[in-house]
Amino acid sequence: MAAVSVESGARETPVTKAVREALYAGVISFGLFVLFIGLRTDQNIRNELVLVQRWGLLAIVVFLVMVGRFIYVAFILPAIARRSAARAAAPTVVTEKGFVRRNLTSVAIVCLLVYPFAMIMLVGLQGSLKWVDNFGIQILIYVMLAWGLNIVVGLAGLLDLGYVAFYAVGAYAYALLGTQLGWSFWILLPAAGIMAAFWGVILGFPVLRLRGDYLAIVTLAFGEIIRLVLINWREVTNGSAGISGIPKVTFFGLFSFDVSAPNYIAKVFDLPTSGAYYKIFLYYLILGLCMLTAFVTIRLRRMPVGRAWEALREDEIACRSLGINTTTTKLTAFAIGAMFGGFAGSFFAARQGFVSPESFVFLESAIILAIVVLGGMGSLPGIAIAALVMIGGTEILRELQFLKRVFGPDFTPELYRMLLFGLAMVIVMVWKPRGFVGSREPTAFLHERKSVSAAFTKEGHG
Amino acid sequence: MNDAILKVEHLSMKFGGLVAIGDLSFEARRGEITALIGPNGAGKTTVFNCITGFYKPTEGMITLTRRDGTAFLLERLPNHEIPARAKVARTFQNIRLFSGMTLLENLLVAQHNKLMKASGYTILGFLGTGTYRRASAESIELAKFWLEKADLIDRADDPAGDLPYGAQRRLEIARAMCTGPELLCLDEPAAGLNPRESLALNALLNDIKETTGTSILLIEHDMSVVMQISDHVVVLEYGRKISDGDPTFVKSDPRVIAAYLGVDDTEVTEVLVEVGDEQVIEELDAEPDRDHGPADSASMLAGAITDTVAHSDDLGERMTISPAASKARLVEASLHGVPIEGPPDDLTVIKGIGPVNQRKLNEHGITRFVQIATWTSEDIAAVEEYLEFDGRIKREDWVGQARRLIEAGKGGERK
Repeated sequence: MAAVSVESGARETPVTKAVREALYAGVISFGLFVLFIGLRTDQNIRNELVLVQRWGLLAIVVFLVMVGRFIYVAFILPAIARRSAARAAAPTVVTEKGFVRRNLTSVAIVCLLVYPFAMIMLVGLQGSLKWVDNFGIQILIYVMLAWGLNIVVGLAGLLDLGYVAFYAVGAYAYALLGTQLGWSFWILLPAAGIMAAFWGVILGFPVLRLRGDYLAIVTLAFGEIIRLVLINWREVTNGSAGISGIPKVTFFGLFSFDVSAPNYIAKVFDLPTSGAYYKIFLYYLILGLCMLTAFVTIRLRRMPVGRAWEALREDEIACRSLGINTTTTKLTAFAIGAMFGGFAGSFFAARQGFVSPESFVFLESAIILAIVVLGGMGSLPGIAIAALVMIGGTEILRELQFLKRVFGPDFTPELYRMLLFGLAMVIVMVWKPRGFVGSREPTAFLHERKSVSAAFTKEGHG
Repeated sequence: MNDAILKVEHLSMKFGGLVAIGDLSFEARRGEITALIGPNGAGKTTVFNCITGFYKPTEGMITLTRRDGTAFLLERLPNHEIPARAKVARTFQNIRLFSGMTLLENLLVAQHNKLMKASGYTILGFLGTGTYRRASAESIELAKFWLEKADLIDRADDPAGDLPYGAQRRLEIARAMCTGPELLCLDEPAAGLNPRESLALNALLNDIKETTGTSILLIEHDMSVVMQISDHVVVLEYGRKISDGDPTFVKSDPRVIAAYLGVDDTEVTEVLVEVGDEQVIEELDAEPDRDHGPADSASMLAGAITDTVAHSDDLGERMTISPAASKARLVEASLHGVPIEGPPDDLTVIKGIGPVNQRKLNEHGITRFVQIATWTSEDIAAVEEYLEFDGRIKREDWVGQARRLIEAGKGGERK
């Protein structure tokens, strides 16, 4: 806000200072808004341009600004000063971390496991559908994609703007093989992963020698190529119309989620017919896939190949001087990152029952990359939080129907999704430039595990 | 054991028209510390980059013989295979640590190839087999060993970027040693160290030499380090070797003193006046195919100026370096017996040298009977070629005449 900072004498009380600053703020905001808000051009019934005067609205806005500035200067600033003074004065006491902080991972996993049942209890079986599907599954897909991309970008430091291509490969692999050959999801899931990994290596080869911006551009182009092939290769992919009727996942063939099937879950367990079972099953499935991704990432980080990835991010020349084959190291990073993208893709196809090139546009790549960067490159919990905030936050906008009462019935909060996304990114990057969790957990230790501050880690040169 | 671990033969490295290394040959013996010294821009780091595969040399052969007798031609190995197979490790002039990783992790990354094999290229290790767990424990033991040697064990869990400069240098050496090298190449390990750290570094290097038998090749500017620890010193200047021997020999070699420690400026200009000026350079430049041989070439005519003039092969463009470039050459001329004071001798006294030839010879810095008296047959051949004679010098016995003139006391006093 229009901050007019005036050096004031020590005798001035915060309130008088606040009053003065509020007046300054009011003047400045009046100056700014008088033409924006106070006057509006409009057409009248005879198609003439007329000036509509909105002095009331202008007064409200200016008043709000003044009140805001007054509260900020009179109460918030002194409170901040008091707190920092208290912190400086207090001796540094090593506070014992609370139970939740110490067992963050276990607590989070337990919460995720009980989430669908908690939702059923809160809003009923049918009501839980939306919360499990739109929030649970949607967020977890992005968590998995971001964790997969994290291997390439966060660990190996290779900037990949075309990650959605592997997502698309996985989705189409399941969609095509599932509809044409009728193979089960459980066979096609690893197949889709392998196929995506193969394409990861194919992409890896030409970009091995590229770094930084050039690498980003080539990966971006790769993502677009895959999407354009999907649109134009009509004989196979059915073009932009997409593939529908993708078979549902079965519970390892024991019972199915297809209402017409004889072993439909509601018939087997004598439950009321509902679509919620399938959603809950998919929720646990993607949760399992996420856990698999996390497990593999954590495990690989402690293996020589994972350390080589991180070393590659830190200094490629030093890596070569230590006899590390940077070619294969980069290719494994691309392949494993792509594999998880492929897993997520085949899950996506199974969940939607329909895939089309629309789902694999560049924006998806950008969102996944934004989640990785916001979460803190290399940090699994940070990325999970970022996915929760960014995807959950944009989903929750759909729920804010009361805003229609404030802004009128034409107001659709979903349209402001991207605006808020961008705003959140700017705020996070200003507040925490290295993402939510910037520090890095070492993979081995002699005496004690100390996390490495973000000041020392490098982002990689591409 | 005194066999050569590293043999560099006729190594040349050209960047466009710039000759960074010209026909360099030297050897590093097994179990010794070989120092590569020279003034700034002498091409030391380029030599290192050629040995460790970061550059592919334009010409020449670099042979590394391992303890078991297998020989590797380093210029043919891919970059990362040089440390992995030929067991050559290196450090960098500007320290290249994995600053965001802890000290321990840095040393574990260095054992990548060993651990990769033990983990069955990740697959067995991922399944958690005993082989990998044992190898992993061993690698931590090795890392601990080197951390203790480098006196860094207390900070094993700190990020490498958090260390002070001297400790970073030691860590880089420890990291290189974790690859289990037979030849350790250190690029200015003492740069930026205070005297105490420098002593600790000497101790560490001697310790490495003694306990592991690793041969060390070292670039260094700090003469105290070089003189104290090295067994053998190779001196470079402008990409050429100007001296090669044990530290005491090199220390007293006037060429080295001139090149590396520098001669007085006045002395240089004096020599310059005698040796030649811009005009001479141009004249010599016009001559094709000049001998670009190694520094201790016998020919006097491959004198100070021509050797600092590099010819680019591909475009035929010429690159000229100022005549003052090679200080070692100026002194080399005086080593052939040229006094740098007093008036020049009248060469026309020698039968067969007319005023024209005298001028030509003078342009080359040959102004004294002593110089002619010490000509070898190669020198004579070179002069014949230069003056476009065929056997006249020998026929008229210029060398003999010059000797007799000196004996008669007609030549200038030798310095």
